[in-house]
Amino acid sequence: MSETLRRVVLVDDHQMFRTGVKAEIGGGVEIVGEAGDVDEAVTVIRAVQPDVVLLDVHLPGGGGIEVLRRLHGAVRARFLALSVSDAAEDVIGVVRGGARGYVTKTISGPELTDAIDRVAGGDAVFSPRLAGFVLDAFAATDAPAVDPELDQITQRERDVLRLIARGYAYKEIAKELFISVKTVETHVSSVLRKLQLSNRHELSRWAAARRLV
Amino acid sequence: METTEVNGVARSAPRLERAVNGRLLAGVCHGLARHLGVDVLVVRAAFVLLTAASGLGVAAYGAFWVLVPRAEADTEAGPPQRRRDWGQLLAYSAVTVGLAALPWGTGIVQWALWPFIVGGVGAAILWQQADRDQRQRWVLPLRQRWLRSLLGLLLVVGGIGGFVAQKVDAGQARSVVIAMLIILTGVAVIVTPWVVRLWQDLDAERHERIRSQERAELAAHIHDSVLHTLTLIQRNAHDTREVQRLARSQERTLRTWLYEPRADPDRTFAAAIRETAGEVEDDHGVPMEVVCVGDTALDERLGATLQAAREAMVNAAKYAEAPSVSVYAEVAGDEIAIFVRDRGKGFDLDEVPEDRMGVRGSIIGRMERNGGRATVRTAPGEGTEVRLEIRKS
Repeated sequence: MSETLRRVVLVDDHQMFRTGVKAEIGGGVEIVGEAGDVDEAVTVIRAVQPDVVLLDVHLPGGGGIEVLRRLHGAVRARFLALSVSDAAEDVIGVVRGGARGYVTKTISGPELTDAIDRVAGGDAVFSPRLAGFVLDAFAATDAPAVDPELDQITQRERDVLRLIARGYAYKEIAKELFISVKTVETHVSSVLRKLQLSNRHELSRWAAARRLV
Repeated sequence: METTEVNGVARSAPRLERAVNGRLLAGVCHGLARHLGVDVLVVRAAFVLLTAASGLGVAAYGAFWVLVPRAEADTEAGPPQRRRDWGQLLAYSAVTVGLAALPWGTGIVQWALWPFIVGGVGAAILWQQADRDQRQRWVLPLRQRWLRSLLGLLLVVGGIGGFVAQKVDAGQARSVVIAMLIILTGVAVIVTPWVVRLWQDLDAERHERIRSQERAELAAHIHDSVLHTLTLIQRNAHDTREVQRLARSQERTLRTWLYEPRADPDRTFAAAIRETAGEVEDDHGVPMEVVCVGDTALDERLGATLQAAREAMVNAAKYAEAPSVSVYAEVAGDEIAIFVRDRGKGFDLDEVPEDRMGVRGSIIGRMERNGGRATVRTAPGEGTEVRLEIRKS
């Protein structure tokens, strides 16, 4: 992070939370804009063109997913979903909507800065909880996959996800599996892509039907 | 009716034409009412009286029907293809027939006609006042229960017929039956909408009551838990650790209450793990991050595994000095695995004295006795991970 600071827009309808986040990560990133609802978010993000948008899942005016839908392909900013909700359908929904990752609001300041940096660099950020969701979603694989490339995760990807769920950092995962951090990142990005592109209807149905946390 | 005012304002002297929307028969009355600027009810009442008195109403209506052009459907506001209001038409017809029959009816038949007229007027008024949605609500249950109504009617008619055939001579019977039928019809016309409306309103009231009960339950819950915790936090503001513990504990409770299905911790594995982690968190003030994949029913061996997992969590919370502990539980077919991991100070497994029961007895020994396996990975400064594996019996 010796180069210029990441330019970040904060989207959350709770002023108090935005203030808290700003105080915590303000030193590590540059907060270039804030928004409290969907319309405002779309306008601000279009205007300031940030590197990363911290996007709350629950927002007045349609939620984070609506912001993603409206800005799809229109901005180069990358989105990191931030939520207090642990409902699986919310998490999977926003990731499938295009967010590059999902973290809970209890995340510490340094961890959040790190996650922003990772997302800005094009990588995916999976919290242990999201990893758990994805493992669960892809585990229900009784039906044959329509598109094996997208509808299944490889054994290696599964290993990586399990370690994330167990609370391992990327560096620790790399050491555990005797691979490089870059390879870990590749695996996670690949899972993210499958999560977003797979048409396996079980995936959406799973999230809605089993409100696992 | 609704469209009258709208068009009256928009066009000062509307052309006389037959209305398409809101018509009962051919739209003559509606069109006239709009043209004259009076309520359609007045026009209709006039036609009813004219018809009842001399039959002139029918002739006038027929003439209007033939001579007055039909309005273009799209010049009017409102739903374009609104269906004819049969209920209202019926009510007007009942009143007309009743009034017309009055002069030449005699004796018992004549007084029997009165309920018919009163009923018709009552139904007409009710129908006029009700809005469209209300009418839909009234009519719907009648439509759905037509078979039952038909059966009831057959029974009534049959019963009367049987009674009459046995006891009374033919001439008298006929007038009695006619009178009874007319009375019954009148009563039904009057009563049905009222009963239906009453029933619907009762239903709405019940829904409202359920909603307010839910609100009360929510308020009670917030009061008992959240407000209570906030008070405790204010009182313990000097003690950071206690404040954190309180907030964490409250967050977990609220989260479970809001998002989680009502899983029973005595029966299902995932719920039990969460409950165990929550208890340890409360007792020792160290956050436990729990992730569960899959779920299964609890049995005795899993219960023992849970005990071992609790021991591992307690150890991590008490000795590791880590800011948080990760708990990952996985059910894959028959294989169940639990990982308890911290990034704390770790320890040297070989240097744990033989008599210390914690790790050896409560975790490793317990798992082995139940046919499972426990692995402890740790080194000073590297944190600790306890891995518990067992097969479902």
